[in-house]
Amino acid sequence: MADAANGPGLSRRTLLKVGLMASGGLAFGFRLDASADVETTSPPPGELAPNAWIRIYPDDRIELMLARSEEGQGVMTALSMLIAEELEVGLDQVRVVMAPVAPAYKNRLLGEQATGQSTSVRDAWVRLRDAGATARTLLIRAAASRWQVPTSECHAQRGAVHHSDGLRHLSYGALVEVAAGLAPIEQVALKSPERWRLLGTSPQRLDVPEKVRGRAGFGLDVRLPGLLFATLYRCPTPGSRVQAWVAAEAMRVPGVQDVFAVRSGVAVLADSTWAAIKGRDKLDVSCRPSSNPRLDTQRIEARLRIGLKGRSAVARKRGNVSAALASAAQEIEAIYQIGFQPHACMEPISCTADVRSSTCSLYVPTQAQEAARAVACQMTGLPSERVTVHTSFLGGGYGRRLEQDFVAEAVELSKAARRPVQVLWTREDDFRHDYFRPMTLHRLRGGIDDQGQVTAWFHRVVGPSVLARLKPEAIRDGIDGAMVEGAADLPYEIPALRVEYRRADTPAPIGLWRGGGYAHNCFAVECFIDELASLTGRDPIAMRRQLLVGRVRQQKLLDHVEARFGLSATPPDGRARGLALVSAFASHIAQVAEVSIEAERIKVHRVLCAVDCGSVLHPELVRSQIRSGIAYGLTAALKGEITFTDGEVDQLGFDAYPLLRFDEMPEVVVDLLPNEADPGGVSGLAVPGIAPAVANAVRVLTGKSIRSLPIRLGGL
Amino acid sequence: MIGSLAGLLSPFPGICNATAPYGPLILTWDAMISFTLNGEPHALDLDPEMPLLWVLRDYFGLMGTKYGCGRSQCGACTIHLDGAPVQACATTLAQVAGRSITTIEGLSPDGRHPLQLAWILEQVPQCGYCQPGQIMMAAALLNKHPRPTDAQIDEAMSRVLCRCGTYDGIRRAIHRAANPEVQNG
Repeated sequence: MADAANGPGLSRRTLLKVGLMASGGLAFGFRLDASADVETTSPPPGELAPNAWIRIYPDDRIELMLARSEEGQGVMTALSMLIAEELEVGLDQVRVVMAPVAPAYKNRLLGEQATGQSTSVRDAWVRLRDAGATARTLLIRAAASRWQVPTSECHAQRGAVHHSDGLRHLSYGALVEVAAGLAPIEQVALKSPERWRLLGTSPQRLDVPEKVRGRAGFGLDVRLPGLLFATLYRCPTPGSRVQAWVAAEAMRVPGVQDVFAVRSGVAVLADSTWAAIKGRDKLDVSCRPSSNPRLDTQRIEARLRIGLKGRSAVARKRGNVSAALASAAQEIEAIYQIGFQPHACMEPISCTADVRSSTCSLYVPTQAQEAARAVACQMTGLPSERVTVHTSFLGGGYGRRLEQDFVAEAVELSKAARRPVQVLWTREDDFRHDYFRPMTLHRLRGGIDDQGQVTAWFHRVVGPSVLARLKPEAIRDGIDGAMVEGAADLPYEIPALRVEYRRADTPAPIGLWRGGGYAHNCFAVECFIDELASLTGRDPIAMRRQLLVGRVRQQKLLDHVEARFGLSATPPDGRARGLALVSAFASHIAQVAEVSIEAERIKVHRVLCAVDCGSVLHPELVRSQIRSGIAYGLTAALKGEITFTDGEVDQLGFDAYPLLRFDEMPEVVVDLLPNEADPGGVSGLAVPGIAPAVANAVRVLTGKSIRSLPIRLGGL
Repeated sequence: MIGSLAGLLSPFPGICNATAPYGPLILTWDAMISFTLNGEPHALDLDPEMPLLWVLRDYFGLMGTKYGCGRSQCGACTIHLDGAPVQACATTLAQVAGRSITTIEGLSPDGRHPLQLAWILEQVPQCGYCQPGQIMMAAALLNKHPRPTDAQIDEAMSRVLCRCGTYDGIRRAIHRAANPEVQNG
């Protein structure tokens, strides 16, 4: 399929991938430029580029640049809606193009061009609407000057400027030349919400038609002329190095082209993926050290347990907790333990690199384009303007694709092979060499006075530092912010409060996971709140209400779940309901899980959610992210965990680490309670609360406190 | 090497269409293996033990069949073999000799199979990686049970994993495709 409209002289760049979509001729262009590897950000003559986000061509084609990674969360649609709303175009009139790496595309909440931590919409909220409004204002001025009328007589609608006489109108394409000669727009006013046509509605996702036809381009779908497929034998124990290897058998596999050692292991390059996989099976590699007794779940757990006492860093402090606990009428202490979790993206890890003498092109499902480019620059010695990053669709990310290990491998291999190389990680590689959500231990202490009021709260988080590797400069006074979020920003008002972090590093590779630190801390917090509630005889809603002084948004969510779902009402036979409340990513969610235990297995029937994420751009996208977070969180809460024995990961497939299945998915009801606040993040929002909501229901059913994840019904 | 490549669409036209391996071919296997792929006859001379998954992706450029685990555990590579759902990662080239294969690209001539349309109307996909496998499994289910019950849907669809939790959308889309009069009435 060719882009017929992309005539010569309009653009030096070639849009090689154009897929016509069913819903109104919309196309998503994944810009692949094989002849000129270095992408120019300055527009070719004839095209109007009022800012980094919008390109308008004289033939009325409109391109919107997408600078965030589409990993299922819907940024392609949501971010395009922000621009389209103000630009006054329909989503059927635009083509979305993946942005190159450029300063204009930095995610200001992350400090780099990257996608993660539920930041995309928050970062884009004003900025992309501004971009659309600026372009619209420019086009209106252009029309006014063509017609010699005041701009007040002109308005924009569906890709054209109309005069108030109802007769004259000019398409945006027809205004490109005039607009290009006008002075840039300084300040523009944004549309007020009551004038929104798109925002607040749920148009079809732009990526869906290609995805149901099997034509969406993921990382493993990249094909380049002369491409070699590579697998790597990496030593199973992290930190271990290849000592010796024998390639003779591997080289005999038909299709295997080369075998050589690189930094991360021994690579097999072949002319098909199968030959690369089969060749690797035939390698004989020895690693040193061959094991690591310190990388063992039981030893790690013992090490973390020591950290429950002794010195620590203080993340938040109010009043005197020791005194408050000492004078409390009742005191309880609980230790919570949360296991390692993998990312397990459905699309295994991959990267394709084409390193030449003076250029480097990456074709990669990445969440961190800027970091990917930096790695390629470092490994090739090329300046950044000679390195191009083409972002494909991501078959899941969840923080795993913020890492650059796979990018480095592809660059190193392509450089050595002098050919384009696609590195494929098998599912086994994906489990074995993940950067896991760390194991954490939590010590909580609570004091209650004789009126039943919570007077003291102590929470110590014990675990390795995630930021020590990823962003060491962000660690202040011994506090790793990524490890204490959800604990240090506790929404509950308690007179004496102390939150501590005890760093206990382990040999296990760890990284960012969906929901961040909230995913472990909120489990401990929300379970402990229920334990305190039972101690005072209060129901879980009343207990939280009492502690949420002045927290109007959270109070409203509690009111809603109580009125709508009747938490205190008796659920159907054999079922119990558990509640969790989470405030994260500038959003809030109350989740009620309806649970039963059948044949010693936990069954989650329904999850009822009330969500306040401020202004809602696209209600259905929010709902699907909530459902998605629940599925992701339930896998971690109920299905399994990662363990290490003698330096190696024990779970290497979906048999040992099963994902939540179709028949295990609960019915999810999502009620949105929008308000005027700026939008908050939702991708990770439902993950932290689902585990404690289920645990609190299980506690009601069994009478036993649940204090570890994944939840085990041992001894029932 | 390959009988016909006519009509193949790849996600990267102009760049990929990996019609054949790169470089000189090593013809190690004498026996040509013949089969029908999306309605067209083909004959291949490749390692008979090569999983069909890689034959489809690396030799035919049919990228809709996804690699998820290579061990028949996730269902992302579900295709039809003589109309029945199988995992392409666990089906060797030798096993398809004389048989008929359908992939997501061949499910309908124009990508408008009732399930694909229902998938769009229900806005099922998120990351989308598992969706071709989900749709192929659902299509095989409808071939067997044109009006499946929830229990039949559970049984069939529990063989394909989705990390994004699109399961309820999948159920709605299957019911919609199976009962068009309910939706239109």
